Amino acid sequence: MSANSVALAYLIASVFFILALKGLSSPLTSRRGNLFGMVGMTIAVITTLTVTKNWALILGCIAVGGTIGAVVARRVEMTAMPELVAFMHSLVGLAAVFIAIAAVNNPVSFGLPAVLPMGSKLELFLGTFIGAMTWSGSVIAFLKLSGRMSGAPITFGGQHTVNLVLAIVMLGFGLWFFFSETTNWTAFAGMAAIAFVLGFLIIIPIGGADMPVVISMLNSYSGWAAAGIGFSLGNPMLIIAGSLVGSSGAILSYIMCKAMNRPFLSVILGGFGSEGGTAAVSDGTQKTYRSGSADDAAFLMGNADSVIIVPGYGLAVARAQHSVKELAEKLHAKGVNVRFAIHPVAGRMPGHMNVLLAEAEIPYEQVLEMDEINSDFSNTDVVLVLGANDVVNPAANVPGSPIYGMPILDAYKARTVMVVKRSMAAGYAGLDNDLFYMDKTMMVFGDAKKVVEGMVKAL
Amino acid sequence: MIGEVDPTIINLTVFVLAIFVGYHVVWNVTPALHTPLMSVTNAISGIILVGAMLAAGPAESDWGVWLGAVAVTLASINVFGGFLVTQRMLEMFRKKDKKGSA
Repeated sequence: MSANSVALAYLIASVFFILALKGLSSPLTSRRGNLFGMVGMTIAVITTLTVTKNWALILGCIAVGGTIGAVVARRVEMTAMPELVAFMHSLVGLAAVFIAIAAVNNPVSFGLPAVLPMGSKLELFLGTFIGAMTWSGSVIAFLKLSGRMSGAPITFGGQHTVNLVLAIVMLGFGLWFFFSETTNWTAFAGMAAIAFVLGFLIIIPIGGADMPVVISMLNSYSGWAAAGIGFSLGNPMLIIAGSLVGSSGAILSYIMCKAMNRPFLSVILGGFGSEGGTAAVSDGTQKTYRSGSADDAAFLMGNADSVIIVPGYGLAVARAQHSVKELAEKLHAKGVNVRFAIHPVAGRMPGHMNVLLAEAEIPYEQVLEMDEINSDFSNTDVVLVLGANDVVNPAANVPGSPIYGMPILDAYKARTVMVVKRSMAAGYAGLDNDLFYMDKTMMVFGDAKKVVEGMVKAL
Repeated sequence: MIGEVDPTIINLTVFVLAIFVGYHVVWNVTPALHTPLMSVTNAISGIILVGAMLAAGPAESDWGVWLGAVAVTLASINVFGGFLVTQRMLEMFRKKDKKGSA
């Protein structure tokens, strides 16, 4: 194909990618959107094949990677989606680094001049360091999300200074790389190595419940890595697709930050979680709470007119989504109005709870976002909080509290509150939750799935 | 006149406009579909596959080709895994449509 036809085919593919994202504006058009995405990708790959050689090698590698991808996509449990997404971000990052190395090694095969001009070097530098940071950051996020590494923040003194010094050294290597007459592998390797280390260092101080922000941020990085490679190769399609992904991740990070009332900039720079660590506040007084059994809770819900269920990360950990569906159906059969209230940061990634409830085939009319349902809590008989904590903590309304200003689900306004939790332990923010000590609150201790199963049996 | 412009500037133009498109399209995504949004963007960032194919596809081969081949494999995992898992998730949202209308 001529260069112009290739460019036009790439343009068509880019439009399909935009349509893919546009389709997600509603569940009704979303499947068509995904199909558009596949069509765009197919056009892009076939077009690229016409300008490359080594078809057997390329198609073989696509077959191997495609098979792995298909198997993983089919087998993964919906509760493990955050890990899968983190894993895939890491692949994009690593691929970006490999492509950049290959481009430095043999610029001609990418249509670049044999001796790289300064501009191309800068673009390759950007693609490499964003890619390397995406890779190592995502690996840490993956390890934390899958429980192979503790979710607790890892901090040490002078962390930010170390990061800053490393960033400056990395820039130094970058400059050395730009101004070297020939291909300076030492400078390039030094720069890439530091970028890898920086990716680790930026993610380790971030705790488990901040993962929705981290994973969105890495989503964004993976897009910018693709765009960076697009700049290096002068390929507008890569730039467009990468920018779409980059801005998508950035918007999701912004939504997550807002839902946790954290400043966006401090999150993007990766320096958060450190000040929250000391926030554990306890006034030392012994507070009393009421606890009950699953049977008691089932009795109360069975006699209520309206129930709102607030799912949280505990539901995902216990894989309780199917039991919850049964519970909702049983209650529904008794004429109870059952609805679900989703906080934007519930779970470990944006939209995590929605997918779990969808997997359990809970009708989406019953699943409401925070803004849609918050005014209804005061007219609700029973709120059932399943493995959520900070997102229903009324301390967010108290000036001076570490989570002051965070938008919460107003569960405390309901007539009766039931909280299913494994213990009285504080939530991620290290804060005691006054909701648990209210007179109208009943604690039900145990694993979310077992408790919900007990409730279903009792109904 | 446009012929004298540095290609990087043209790329920058595309980049800035694409960010605006992304910004407007993504704000319209319904929050319930934020997880499928992340997995489909995973698949789309697999577009880096195109760069990997160029790395794996020059006529005269050296070690860079093998690096490219690894990158092709990694990016393909993203492309296939991302689109297929998105499809699987979106099917779950469909089941509810049927029930809702029944």
